[in-house]
Amino acid sequence: MAEVIHAQDRRRLLTLLGPAYLWLTLAVFLPLSAMLFFSFLSDMPGDAPDWGVTLGNYTQFLENPTYATLLWKSLKLGVTVTLFCIVIGYPCALVLAKSIKGRAREALFLMVILPFWSNSLVRIFSWAIVLRGNGVLERTLNWILPFDIRLNLMFTTEAVVIGLVHSYLPYVILTSYLALQAIDDDLIDAARSMGASKLTILNRLLLPLSLPGLLAGAVLVFVPVVGSFMEPRILGGRMGTYYGTVIEDQFVAVYNWPLGAALSFILLAVVLVILGAASPVLRRART
Amino acid sequence: MTKGLLSLSLLALTASGALADEIRVLNWQGYGTDLGWSLEAFEAATGHSVVHEYFNSEQEMLTKMRTNPGAYDVVLINAAYTTQAYEEGLLAAIDTAAIGNYAGIPANFAEDPSLVHKGAVYGVPWTWGLTAIAINTQAFDEAPTSLEVLWDPAHKGRVSIRDDAEEAVHLGALATGQDINNIEDLDAVEAKLRELMPQLRTFWASENDWNQFMAAGELDVASYWSGSAARSAGMGLPVEFVVPKEGAIAWLDGLSIPETSEHKEAAAQFIDWMIDPEFYVKWDAEGAPASANADAAAALPDDAFNKRVLGDPEVVKLAKFRAPMDDATREKYLALWQSLKAAQ
Repeated sequence: MAEVIHAQDRRRLLTLLGPAYLWLTLAVFLPLSAMLFFSFLSDMPGDAPDWGVTLGNYTQFLENPTYATLLWKSLKLGVTVTLFCIVIGYPCALVLAKSIKGRAREALFLMVILPFWSNSLVRIFSWAIVLRGNGVLERTLNWILPFDIRLNLMFTTEAVVIGLVHSYLPYVILTSYLALQAIDDDLIDAARSMGASKLTILNRLLLPLSLPGLLAGAVLVFVPVVGSFMEPRILGGRMGTYYGTVIEDQFVAVYNWPLGAALSFILLAVVLVILGAASPVLRRART
Repeated sequence: MTKGLLSLSLLALTASGALADEIRVLNWQGYGTDLGWSLEAFEAATGHSVVHEYFNSEQEMLTKMRTNPGAYDVVLINAAYTTQAYEEGLLAAIDTAAIGNYAGIPANFAEDPSLVHKGAVYGVPWTWGLTAIAINTQAFDEAPTSLEVLWDPAHKGRVSIRDDAEEAVHLGALATGQDINNIEDLDAVEAKLRELMPQLRTFWASENDWNQFMAAGELDVASYWSGSAARSAGMGLPVEFVVPKEGAIAWLDGLSIPETSEHKEAAAQFIDWMIDPEFYVKWDAEGAPASANADAAAALPDDAFNKRVLGDPEVVKLAKFRAPMDDATREKYLALWQSLKAAQ
């Protein structure tokens, strides 16, 4: 009898989970495994009749120091952008969750999310208009300030960081906001009644309790920024060569899909290793 | 009677079916073959309609020809790639007798070893042009004569070149006084380009990019294409094309017919239309590269850029035509260029 129920359960489980797994297989697993297959080819089958299986694309990464240099540069960019997102985004979320109530909060929330709904390419081109020489930013500053000012921000690493921080800030704000929202206001009142200062409340209460949200946001920012290519290309000028742009070149400019796929999987592996190394910290934050 | 009429109209239908083909052209977007007024006139004259497909790089063009047999009737191929396409068996020999305007093409283009293989023609020379530098005339009292202007500290941070490995290496070769098709001292080229990097404001990728940077006053001098420079100047930008004394990279674009084309006769008619002097003069008014057809070039008004600058024998002497490049060399240049960019 027990076994019959078991079988029924299993059937129910299958029908409920089936669509999700089917979707994952079709949308994630198949394209990804096709790319994994490409990464071991010497040439794309359509291009050259004498294609074969090789590890050459992966050894190229080791033989050519350019790729490692660029990967390191991209990882540094990822860390910088993530830090800025946390430093700016967490206080924003804190104010949103704990200081502002009612209508004002809804309005501010909309302002945080609104840029998120616009196309990322539009956002980046808007930044290009703002940052470029004699652009919106310089003109405004020159209008306000008595002396002449030349920022020369366009086509610098700073411009790339500004564009990326703006693009990915909502992730940190949203995840931190959700975590902070879940903290009972009574807890804060209790701490205050025991004489805790604002800084103590932040350090001992709010930060530890909202850390899972903050870290989730940080991971959501770090991973795509390491592989970013559009923002560096448009805002970075000659400084804008990163690991992501080299992968993009392999796919759209030189048509070396196998090498592009191999470089992508190396990036995936490196990111997984980093997240794996950080997982003890992440796990401690969850408990 | 009705039967007679019916068979007559049927005959007319089949006849027009045999005469009016749909030609499929593979080209860069906005590059001469897809001008609306020209296609309407061509259809009115021959009955053939023309459909376009576009590519964004030479590699993409080759891939499209390999993977879609029979899909294209006319393909634009840079002469540096024609030999590769021919060797892969992608191209059909062209019957030049069917192309009336072919006689106007001078021997130096018509007999280009990239286009002619075993006595048969595999590409009809269509346009040519130079890759050299263009200056913002407001930043210079006198136009520079040497490529060294790119390295001039006075213009630091106001220089740009295209983000393209071959073009960068070729510029470096010209600046170090080497043959662009046979670079013996690649280290010297690399050292020269490494010096150039801090001079650069940004890389440009398209004509539109270039115009925007110039219009925003970001650049003093940048590498550029001759035809594009004429177009930019025509738009009112303060731009002047300079052919430096070290020489300029020259390219030749040809029109070819794929081996798998099913409308080879109509394709030849279209190629004939494209090298027609009357068409070229109209196209040039809108901004065209130089025509490879001497008759067409001669038909231009005297003040046209393509006659005034590119028609100048002194300029023609400085043109260094790009020869076909093998994959190993191309990859070597790409690696060099990527390492230079990564070091920034």
